[in-house]
Amino acid sequence: MSNKSQKPDTNHSRRKVIKTLGAAAGIGAVSNFSPILFPRAYAASEPIKIGAQFHRTGIGASYGRWYERTAMAALKIINDEGGINGRPVEIIVEDDGTDPKRGAEVVEKFATQHKVDVAYGTLFSHVVIGSSPRAGELKLPYIVVSEGHHVASGKLNRYVFQPGITDVKSQVISMAPWISDNLGKKVTMIYPDFAFGHDHRDYFSAAIAAQGGEVLEKIAIPPTETSFTKYFPRIPRDTEVLYHVMVGPGVLTFVKEMGQHFGSKRPEIFGFIDSLEAVDLSTPQLEFLEGTHFWEGNPRYAQTNQSAHDKLFRAAVGVDDNGASLNDPKDISTYAHMFGCWETLFIIKQAMEACGYSGAADRPAFVEAMEALRNFDEGRNHPQGSKVFNPQIHQSFGHQYISKVEGGRLNVKHKTSIEDGMYEAEGDYTKMPL
Amino acid sequence: MDFGPYLFLATLEGLVQAAVLCLTALGLSLVFGVMRVVNVAHGEFYMLGAVLAWWITGWFAGNPAIGFFAAIIIGPLLVGLIAYLCERFILRRVEYDPEATIVATIGILYILQQTTLLTFGPDARPVDTPFYFRVEFPWFGYSGYKLLVIGAAVLLLLLAWFVITRTRLGLIMRATQFDRETAQNFGISVDKVYATVFAVGAGFAAVAAVLIVPIQQAHYLMGGDPLLLSFIVVIIGGLGSIRGTLVAALLIGLSDGIISVFFSPTLAKMVSTMLVALVLVFRPQGLFGVRSRI
Amino acid sequence: MQPGYKSLLLHALVVIGLFLLQFVLPEYHHLSVARIMLLAVFAMGFNLLFGYTGLLSLGHAMFFAAGMYGAGLSVYHFDWSVPLSFIFGVGCGAMLSFVVGLIALRTTGVAFMIVTLMFSQVAYLIIVYFTTYTRGDEGLVMPQAARSFILLGREFLLTDAATRYNLSLILLTITMVVVLLLVRGKFGRSLIAVRENEPRTRMLGYNTFAIKLRALTVSGTLSAGSGAAYALMFAYIGSSFATIQYSIDPLLYSLLGGAGTVLGPVLGTFLMFYLIDIASEYTTAYLLVAGVVLVMLVLFFPKGLLGTVRERWLRWLP
Repeated sequence: MSNKSQKPDTNHSRRKVIKTLGAAAGIGAVSNFSPILFPRAYAASEPIKIGAQFHRTGIGASYGRWYERTAMAALKIINDEGGINGRPVEIIVEDDGTDPKRGAEVVEKFATQHKVDVAYGTLFSHVVIGSSPRAGELKLPYIVVSEGHHVASGKLNRYVFQPGITDVKSQVISMAPWISDNLGKKVTMIYPDFAFGHDHRDYFSAAIAAQGGEVLEKIAIPPTETSFTKYFPRIPRDTEVLYHVMVGPGVLTFVKEMGQHFGSKRPEIFGFIDSLEAVDLSTPQLEFLEGTHFWEGNPRYAQTNQSAHDKLFRAAVGVDDNGASLNDPKDISTYAHMFGCWETLFIIKQAMEACGYSGAADRPAFVEAMEALRNFDEGRNHPQGSKVFNPQIHQSFGHQYISKVEGGRLNVKHKTSIEDGMYEAEGDYTKMPL
Repeated sequence: MDFGPYLFLATLEGLVQAAVLCLTALGLSLVFGVMRVVNVAHGEFYMLGAVLAWWITGWFAGNPAIGFFAAIIIGPLLVGLIAYLCERFILRRVEYDPEATIVATIGILYILQQTTLLTFGPDARPVDTPFYFRVEFPWFGYSGYKLLVIGAAVLLLLLAWFVITRTRLGLIMRATQFDRETAQNFGISVDKVYATVFAVGAGFAAVAAVLIVPIQQAHYLMGGDPLLLSFIVVIIGGLGSIRGTLVAALLIGLSDGIISVFFSPTLAKMVSTMLVALVLVFRPQGLFGVRSRI
Repeated sequence: MQPGYKSLLLHALVVIGLFLLQFVLPEYHHLSVARIMLLAVFAMGFNLLFGYTGLLSLGHAMFFAAGMYGAGLSVYHFDWSVPLSFIFGVGCGAMLSFVVGLIALRTTGVAFMIVTLMFSQVAYLIIVYFTTYTRGDEGLVMPQAARSFILLGREFLLTDAATRYNLSLILLTITMVVVLLLVRGKFGRSLIAVRENEPRTRMLGYNTFAIKLRALTVSGTLSAGSGAAYALMFAYIGSSFATIQYSIDPLLYSLLGGAGTVLGPVLGTFLMFYLIDIASEYTTAYLLVAGVVLVMLVLFFPKGLLGTVRERWLRWLP
């Protein structure tokens, strides 16, 4: 169980509270009028503190658990190799309950009570968006692992980054060419009726049209729906490809009922593995998925051409070649997303070392160092694949994987190029003041 | 699919939802009706039924039907026991004061939910259907198990109706609901009745969850919607009226499914929610309730 | 009867205390208290209807959301100034609560609970339905222009912690004064009369419907004020604020602190925030701790903390 940071943080934070309360009027008064923390020179042995905002509870808890494990695995490697700028690194984890209000409070806590150097780790888009204003105003670098298009849209602030994972727009548009060439041009989409689903709907419709295809029907499913049978009859008969991206606990039901609806005669089916993160593909209900295709952020099953980096990554995090926990083969990881936590931690290290980060006063330099990053090569630090970072929109672009379900496992059939997922920048954070 | 068969499919789906909703709401109606307390943790008893079903079926490796049978007997009993303990040590201590009960049951909600998160985990987990056969209608195939759920719910409802209207136990429960003090004067141990009712109410919710879990999954947050919906059913149907609960469950279970045939799902939910509200505004005692003792 | 001398003094002391507190609070708590005070406004607004009038609404999230979206959307889409948007948000809440009241107050007791719950669900669904404008659950970040405003010749920076703290305190004080005056005046007594025995009150010639409508409208307006301020101060609006959790929270805070007292909801808000905040440092299962604490509290302080205090020691507490 890993709800502890590298150092026992209970004593640490209790000591902190007493210390800060004892500091009383002077510090309190001054810090009230200046949101920027006083710079301090750190002793060489004082740790660099990274605040990890994970979904330990709430609807994102399945992911949050694996995010934490992955982060701790990467942390161990970083510390074993000497830390950052010769100082050990400590991760302080706070649970945001997958709630934007709590997320904003946690960001404030990171900046002012835990006094972390940077914050990182959030997944769910609404929590990122709800927390980002406070991060920006407290001038706390906020490096998220979210997959949402929010950072790249240019609508957040200069302190928010998403360098370790690609965003949904990039993922969706990179799928269109392959789908159009290999599965079909007439697509019906099933997606959840909230912002994430709408993003899929909008980006994919545009992308497939650019390939000469069309979306025949768009079926939006209300977020709390538990039974899907009544939606399937709306799929037009001439559908060549059924595109689905259902998320949430109802996904198994969705697949099962989809199977019951189609029986043996079905169109090509393309889904996003978001639907089945942390779900065992060998579950009987999912037999129907045999022969269908999925987008994968990172191939869950070790492939025949598995890289040494992927092997190391699996061993460090504690998952086997099926993407399941070494302790429990039924405990499937969120493999398509959690690599983002690993890569992002190494990116934070890279940027901190590039600017010689020594304390909170260096945060602006850290932001600029992040913006100076360009390419991440595939390697131990980036096991998912190489990436290109766009400093204007603070977003990385990378490879996407298309896999087919064969014999109860996913085999990669295609790896997109980074260019497949590129799009015009919609904003420019570098022009904003620090 | 043509409109007629599509409507039929939506109706069948609605009936399954209504069946499960009816059982859950019945449990709440008993508690609410007899004890006059708002049990905010009712949805968590439902969730526990599903989670326990997953756990119990996990013991039996062979034929899933055996595991399921065990789950549907043992699960509700265990949940009833947990409910009994809550009633005995918490609710009775606050003497069923309405406000205190709300806070207490919110506390119980958190406790049950978080304990489940700690033990069962955050993932949604499936449970096998006890059997698999497909009913072939002329226009589509339909899961035979879902039809079984409808049948099982009807049976349980009949059983409940029989017990409440035709047995001594039911008479005692109704008497306590009607007038607690007079019932006490007749020598009825109100404490025992309350404990039984609370446990039985939770048990019904658990049964409903065990029935639905092979169709859906067990997940630690799954209690929220059933809580809301069963509340609505109970109020719309009218306190203490089984017939009312049945009709309201049918109404709400079906309306969602059928209206969404005509409108976009979000809009459909809006419409059905407004309808529910308006029913209550113009008939606050519900469809079958007696307008008096509020 | 005007609010007694003792209660005025007590409330003044609370306000002064909170004002002075900002100079000694460490930065984190300074930021947190600013939030807590706004949520306490919400709880106080709710409590006016619940604790004093005896009507349990399970839909107050819709009033909070009305204020939040009224203010947030007008800033985001129409570039209105912050004060104007705030007033608009409050106005939205007032209007919504009046209209909802006209319909929902035809019911009472449990039916009222469900009707308000339903209306709140519809409000949530409307926000989600118009995702094109509201971005639904993802929500919207308030633009830079909305992070400051000019009032009476002075510029106020909402990015400044002290500004936020004092604005929250001002809103809290206004709410406290409004509620105090209402409940200790004639209106308050008619509210309590309605709560204790509505048929009798009606028989005495009071228009109980009008009384309840007034209470609901004030309650909804105050809640909307909290929502509008929250949106503008923390620069984010999202549909998660319109979910049922935000209808249960003010109920919880009021019950914990003491429904039917003015300061009870404030105390309850502080308590729950710190309970969760402190417990989450020690365990993932902080809600479990919260649940246990709630059960304990309810077993030993069934009328809420201040309610029990009032009952046992300080009878004059409003």
